[in-house]
Amino acid sequence: MTVLSENLSAGLEETGWTRVCAYADLMPERGACALVDGHQVALFRTFDGGLYAIGNRDPFSGAYVLSRGIVGTRGNEPTVASPMHKEVFSLVTGVCLDDPAVSVPTYRIRVAAGTVEVSLA
Amino acid sequence: MTRLVVVGHGPTAYRLIETLVDRGFDGRITVLGEEPRPAYDRVALTSYLTGKTAEDLTYPVPDGITLSLNARVTGIDREAGVVTTADGHAEPYDVLVLATGSSPFVPPVPGKDLDGCFVYRTIDDLDAIREASRGATAGIVIGGGLLGLEAADALRGLGLETHVVEMGGWLMPRQVDEGGGAVLRGHIEALGLGVHTGAGVKEIVAGPEGRVSGLVKPDGETIEAQVVVFSAGVRPRDELARSSGLAVGERGGIVVDDGMRTSDPAIYAIGECVLHDGMVYGLVGPCFTMAEVAADRILGGEGAFARADMSTKLKLLGVEVAQFGAMDGALDVTFMDPVTGVYQKLFVSDDARTLLGGICVGDATPYNSLKPFVGRELPGSPSELLFTGGPANMDLPDDAQVCSCNNVTKGQICSAIADKGLTDVAEIKSCTRAGTACGSCVPMLKQLLIKSGVEVSKALCEHFAYSRAELFDIVRVRGITTFSQLISEHGAGRGCDVCKPTVASILASLGNGHILDGEQAALQDTNDHFLANIQRNGTYSVVPRIPGGEITPDKLIVIGEVARDFGLYTKITGGQRIDLFGARVEQLPLIWKRLVDAGFESGHAYGKALRTVKSCVGSTWCRYGVQDSVGLAVALELRYRGLRSPHKLKSAVSGCARECAEARGKDFGIIATEQGWNLYVGGNGGFTPRHADLFASDLSTDELIRIIDRFLMFYIRTADRLQRTSVWLENQGLDYVKEVILEDSLGICAELEAQMERHVAGYADEWRAVLDDPDRLRRFVSFVNAPGTPDPSIAFEPEREQVKPVLIPLEPVRA
Ligand SMILES: Cc1cc2nc3c(=O)[nH]c(=O)nc-3n(C[C@H](O)[C@H](O)[C@H](O)COP(=O)(O)OP(=O)(O)OC[C@H]3O[C@@H](n4cnc5c(N)ncnc54)[C@H](O)[C@@H]3O)c2cc1C
Ligand code: HEM
Ligand code: SF4
Ligand code: FES
Repeated sequence: MTVLSENLSAGLEETGWTRVCAYADLMPERGACALVDGHQVALFRTFDGGLYAIGNRDPFSGAYVLSRGIVGTRGNEPTVASPMHKEVFSLVTGVCLDDPAVSVPTYRIRVAAGTVEVSLA
Repeated sequence: MTRLVVVGHGPTAYRLIETLVDRGFDGRITVLGEEPRPAYDRVALTSYLTGKTAEDLTYPVPDGITLSLNARVTGIDREAGVVTTADGHAEPYDVLVLATGSSPFVPPVPGKDLDGCFVYRTIDDLDAIREASRGATAGIVIGGGLLGLEAADALRGLGLETHVVEMGGWLMPRQVDEGGGAVLRGHIEALGLGVHTGAGVKEIVAGPEGRVSGLVKPDGETIEAQVVVFSAGVRPRDELARSSGLAVGERGGIVVDDGMRTSDPAIYAIGECVLHDGMVYGLVGPCFTMAEVAADRILGGEGAFARADMSTKLKLLGVEVAQFGAMDGALDVTFMDPVTGVYQKLFVSDDARTLLGGICVGDATPYNSLKPFVGRELPGSPSELLFTGGPANMDLPDDAQVCSCNNVTKGQICSAIADKGLTDVAEIKSCTRAGTACGSCVPMLKQLLIKSGVEVSKALCEHFAYSRAELFDIVRVRGITTFSQLISEHGAGRGCDVCKPTVASILASLGNGHILDGEQAALQDTNDHFLANIQRNGTYSVVPRIPGGEITPDKLIVIGEVARDFGLYTKITGGQRIDLFGARVEQLPLIWKRLVDAGFESGHAYGKALRTVKSCVGSTWCRYGVQDSVGLAVALELRYRGLRSPHKLKSAVSGCARECAEARGKDFGIIATEQGWNLYVGGNGGFTPRHADLFASDLSTDELIRIIDRFLMFYIRTADRLQRTSVWLENQGLDYVKEVILEDSLGICAELEAQMERHVAGYADEWRAVLDDPDRLRRFVSFVNAPGTPDPSIAFEPEREQVKPVLIPLEPVRA
């Protein structure tokens, strides 16, 4: 799930959000991984500037690698393909589009004052 | 409402129930199965020892049926129409189906009941065998048939020194004749298994603890082993039928008519427990057919079972074995190659025109191409067909059976393709069931698709309606340099894991700078992105280039030091170089810094690009050599290094006709002659090995390089995504490619050469470029918010004095 808001006042105390990196650190159409409270969160910036966060663990191989997959689209759905065996996951729902019985968790992500923040809540 | 009771829940019962449910049976279905789990794919049983779980093998249980496990039926009261189970439960029926399968036959040899003796039939059996193999060093399989060899393979996989003891004169006596058995034996012995044919068992002996310690043959020889598996055939489980007075065969099997009805019209029997027309069937294909016939009858239909095809094709211990049709005939034709261990025999009628059957060991190509001709006139002379591997343009009659597991004919498949508009093999599978059991008919399904004129769509993926070759031309002719431009002008959406790396490769082949520059970075597979190969635990391997396999002692020492300092696992590969495994993303630049400083460069093991040019020692040292194979290999590897292509490219150079470098197994291989070099193209190892074809002979080094330049560029331009040169060459035709490259029939050779010159001139080491650029370096972290932190999920454990990954336990996240 994406909350895109550039003008959240930085002073506002909100619980649950962790700053992970500068927006500019994320390359368009490429992922990166953040370690948040011991959880590995895969962050993606899509072509149109959208941000998504899902679990980094590839449920098919067990390896923590989804952030290193190729970002793309299937229909209108932004996706990432696992770099292990190429199963494709929706960045929006975390559901594996090749095997809908399998999914990865999704996390909230937003930009506040140029900084990317993630919430596990 | 009809009360249908099924006894036994094996593959046959599963197929019966599935068919009934699919066809809308409106009665109540109760299944009583003796095993502690629902029906599973017994054909794939052995995969349980090589990584599959019981859940993977288990068939789905349809909704709405009642399934009792651990429920062994012990009696049938036919008057009352009730079956009773061992624990006293009574289940009334209107229609009863016996699908009790068979049980392994254990010959009455002394010691057969000792601890350490097993059969090979159920998941529980395999659990017990696995457990017993833990402390054991050797195992024996009694029985050298199809299942015996499969069990032997399993024991070998469990790390046991394995012996096969077969009463008959040769292995697999039911599928192959003596000649084939001898060839098969050669294969099996080469794998290190002990084969004892013509050998009975005197007794199985126990050690001091009362467990199996070995087997004594009638000649007194003892084979030591702690595990013994009986695989001496199966017997139909007809005890229930027998005790309730149903007709059974003299040598076992519940007697049924063509409608699968037993001597009691309210009781059907199907599967391996059945005797039909004097035959008991031990293969799943006929059992499935019986299930469908019984289902049809239960639903009021007129289905009938006819004598079934017992053809088999399998791959045992890596050796293909197949048998089809009859195992004798008026005439036979044998093809035998003792070097490669291939034995093929066809049985034909006395005029040599009608095919009666065949046997293959080592290479089962004739099974696929010729089996459908059994009982028909052959499309050529038998010897010609064996030598050429089958008729080139096969036109099968419509009633020829294509899938023997599921009894599907060519006609059924073709009409499904036409009527339902099927476009790929997956659709044929779900629509006709062909190809869903053993899979050996899948190549035929593909051919039928193509023959049916199905335009096998050339579109790369949902984002581009073009083939790779077409995209290549678009990019080349229009001078496109970015993916964004290409997809916005010629595609749709934002790409995927198929088109992005393909376009990245095209852009790289046409020389568009560093593959991690600007937008190109986002197109790369993780391997290209991190300039390293991802391994199963998310770490990467490091592979420095060692051109021609030639390396100085100093450089060897550097590799050793780097591996030691970073705790990397080292392995010498088949490509004459050294791989270092287990590097975390953030270690890659540190490792490469050391390597680049010592004069190494990227080996492109991660890319669809030139891998290595192997070489033999050649004329410099070898007393047989006629040319400097190492020198040429080094020159070629340096010339084509970094060349991005539709698939990986491999090469080798041998210094004389003895071919120690195995150049004919390569995409382009060179073998020295007294006069110069012979060039071979289109070879590969891998899943479908192919020997390279001679392309040009006695070339000077300059001529050779010019021809390879053209050949590679023409391949890069015109091949499909992930198409090796072997398949590409077969599609284009060797003669056509020769005309284009050697005679310049298209007038493009100058352009191809110029393109290669640009590649050679523009080459720069990708790793050095990364190390020189802080921006690119910043990507090599495990976590953006904790750049120094290693990925905590990665761990290693020791093995043979090195490290290996601790594998991460797998439990898929279910939605
Ligand atoms: C290792 C192995 C490899 C094989 N490979 C191949 C292959 O490559 N190709 C091929 O075609 N075939 C192969 N087969 C044979 C194939 O598995 C059988 O043809 C198939 O399993 C037959 O199915 P079935 O349901 O008739 O019998 P079974 O699979 O034997 O199932 C019968 C079930 O009924 C239960 N049962 C029996 N009596 C009772 C009772 N009184 N009450 C309740 N339940 C009862 C049994 O416990 C069993 O679960 C292989 C078999 C094995 C063991
Ligand atoms: C026709 C018979 C053959 C002869 C007479 C022969 C002879 C030789 C000789 C003399 C060497 C060099 C050994 C040395 O001095 O270091 C050699 C190396 C080698 N041979 Fe053969 N060979 C033959 C066939 C083969 C075949 C068929 C293969 C493999 C398919 C093979 C694989 C090798 C390999 C891998 C090397 C090592 C090359 C290296 O060190 O790079 N040889 N052979
Ligand atoms: S191919 Fe010829 S030159 Fe090369 S190692 Fe073998 S025997 Fe020697
Ligand atoms: S022949 Fe076995 S699946 Fe078709």
